[in-house]
Amino acid sequence: MSTLQRDPRDRVQVLDDDGRVVDGAEVPDLDDDDLVEMYRSMRLARHFDERAVSLQRQGRMGTYPPLSGQEGAQIGSAAALGESDWMVPSYREHGAAYVRGLELHETLRYWMGDERGNSLEDLRIFPVAVPIASQIPHATGAAWAADLRGNDDEAFVCYFGDGATSEGDFHEGLNFAGVFDTPTVFFCNNNQWAISVPRERQTASETLSQKAHAYGFEGVQVDGMDPLAVYKVTREALQKAKNPAAADEASGRATRPTLIEAVQYRFGAHTTADDPSVYRDEEEVERWKAKDPIPRLENYLPSTPRRRSSGPSPRRCSSTSTGTCPGGWPSSGSTSSGFGTATATRSY
Amino acid sequence: MSTEQQVEIQNLTLVQAVRDGLRGEMQRDEDVVVLGEDVGQNGGVFRATEGLYEEFGDDRVIDTPLAEAGIVGTAVGMAAYGMRPVPEIQFSGFMYPGFDQIVSHAARFRTRSRGRFTVPMVLRAPYGGGIRAPEHHSESKEAFYTHEAGLQVVVPSTPYDAKGLLAASIRDPDPVVFLEPKLIYRAFREEVPDDDYTVDLGEAAVRREGEDVSLFTWGAMTRPSLDAAEAVAEEGIDVEVVDLRTLSPMDVETIVESFKRTGRAVVVHEAPKTGGLAGEITATIQEEALYHQEAPIARVTGFDVPYPLYALEDYYMPEHARIEDAIRDTHDA
Repeated sequence: MSTLQRDPRDRVQVLDDDGRVVDGAEVPDLDDDDLVEMYRSMRLARHFDERAVSLQRQGRMGTYPPLSGQEGAQIGSAAALGESDWMVPSYREHGAAYVRGLELHETLRYWMGDERGNSLEDLRIFPVAVPIASQIPHATGAAWAADLRGNDDEAFVCYFGDGATSEGDFHEGLNFAGVFDTPTVFFCNNNQWAISVPRERQTASETLSQKAHAYGFEGVQVDGMDPLAVYKVTREALQKAKNPAAADEASGRATRPTLIEAVQYRFGAHTTADDPSVYRDEEEVERWKAKDPIPRLENYLPSTPRRRSSGPSPRRCSSTSTGTCPGGWPSSGSTSSGFGTATATRSY
Repeated sequence: MSTEQQVEIQNLTLVQAVRDGLRGEMQRDEDVVVLGEDVGQNGGVFRATEGLYEEFGDDRVIDTPLAEAGIVGTAVGMAAYGMRPVPEIQFSGFMYPGFDQIVSHAARFRTRSRGRFTVPMVLRAPYGGGIRAPEHHSESKEAFYTHEAGLQVVVPSTPYDAKGLLAASIRDPDPVVFLEPKLIYRAFREEVPDDDYTVDLGEAAVRREGEDVSLFTWGAMTRPSLDAAEAVAEEGIDVEVVDLRTLSPMDVETIVESFKRTGRAVVVHEAPKTGGLAGEITATIQEEALYHQEAPIARVTGFDVPYPLYALEDYYMPEHARIEDAIRDTHDA
């Protein structure tokens, strides 16, 4: 039985809050270099985020939406994309876009008010979409177009937040995806807060992932601060999008799309224009900080079985003239064991 | 049968010409797909897609769920990916659920991504009044779309233009809102070549040359404007009737050139006066040709009220008597 076929309330987890593999969990097939690269990218995303907020505070950058706390969901999901897959972001996916090949200076350029930072030359990333949920129908439509053209090796991951699930575009985008069975993975970053409005105020639904059932496809809840669990469910959802099981004609259910609800927390403000102390207490923030994805993966790394390369692995894209990603994270130097390259990233 | 090379001609109504245009572009380019409500087997509520489903199949003539934002939003995604979707909104009065996708995304992808992504989408919708329809089926809201940079707005007034403008719109790399005046969908026939051809976007057509008054209009108002011009011609007033055809980008050169010769202008549209394009045209004329102006510029428009149910729509729609009066006033001022 696939990881995706489960009760949406049954949250997928690989690492517990301390980075130990939970009982019975299957660790995704990643070699040491991939794991270290995942860790390095998460640290880099956190550091970038802190620097970006600092630049805004110094008056050197405009309003910026921080991502701290969400690195596990961003890096874990983006690392699962294959070379020909596409990413359809909202506006907080700086870490995911970096893994997909967008240079950090381009992200800074965009948030410093220059559209050229959003030009995404040769990358399979859609431009930043600011109006909430409005990019969801684009992901459905683009995936539908890829399907109509017979490009079966392309699937689309679309990011949005918990607040987006209240919008009409969420409904229409997922409904079309179900009806036309498009290769789309809907990745909901449920970070608990839509600016000041909590998750419970968005819907009386017990989970967000269960909404998938109304559209005729699978929904899965994952610990969004567990990068390995996120990688695992995203990888499976992408594989399903491209190689669906035989359609069950009797039920009329869609075989390709998946809704992933990645349960996580935004440590910082919604944007630099927001003050979260007005609507949430520090105790809650501290509770979630105990689940911080970075120390979790850091604690896990020394216990990995030693493997050099095996099976499909996460790759950071490089730009090419064809718009495809040839694979290969940025050079991580030594191939020997140990995490020296991870330490080196602290200098960023 | 003549041995000379000849162009096959059909006598088509405007809605048949739309269908012919769609068919030609779908034959020409596999990336062209039609999607919307009832466009498939049913052939569209106005029959604008009749026969296309049978010819091209359900991968290219696609009945969608009843959801305008979904239709436009998925079409934006398809277009950004590289296809050429032609979504149909059944009536322009139902475009508003898709309005956010039109103005926030279709119009902006090119600028937002500095040209990396474009949206070659043609959003078709029947529009305008005069067909005794229920509420929300008769409005003329072209000004909403011309206000948005990044959109092109086209309103054909003849079968020949409908086919050629539609072909040009579909081949254009950027989004077009293609508003079809349903009052004249079947009002008259015109010879339309069988082969595909284009009518360039952004070019007005002078439908009647004249020296005394310039009349600017488009869509279904072109015919009553021409009728009015003929009527006043008997009184010795020579009216030039300019059919703008494309409202964005507007053919300012033709407007200004005509006005510089006549010094007098009447603008006719169905849409309400306030915020309507007549104001924009008037201001443009004053910026470009104020010193040629001989008389106040007249606006013959719908009224600043919600479009009435059809018992009163004949009073709402500009017709040739109102247009004639405006021409006389402008001429005599």
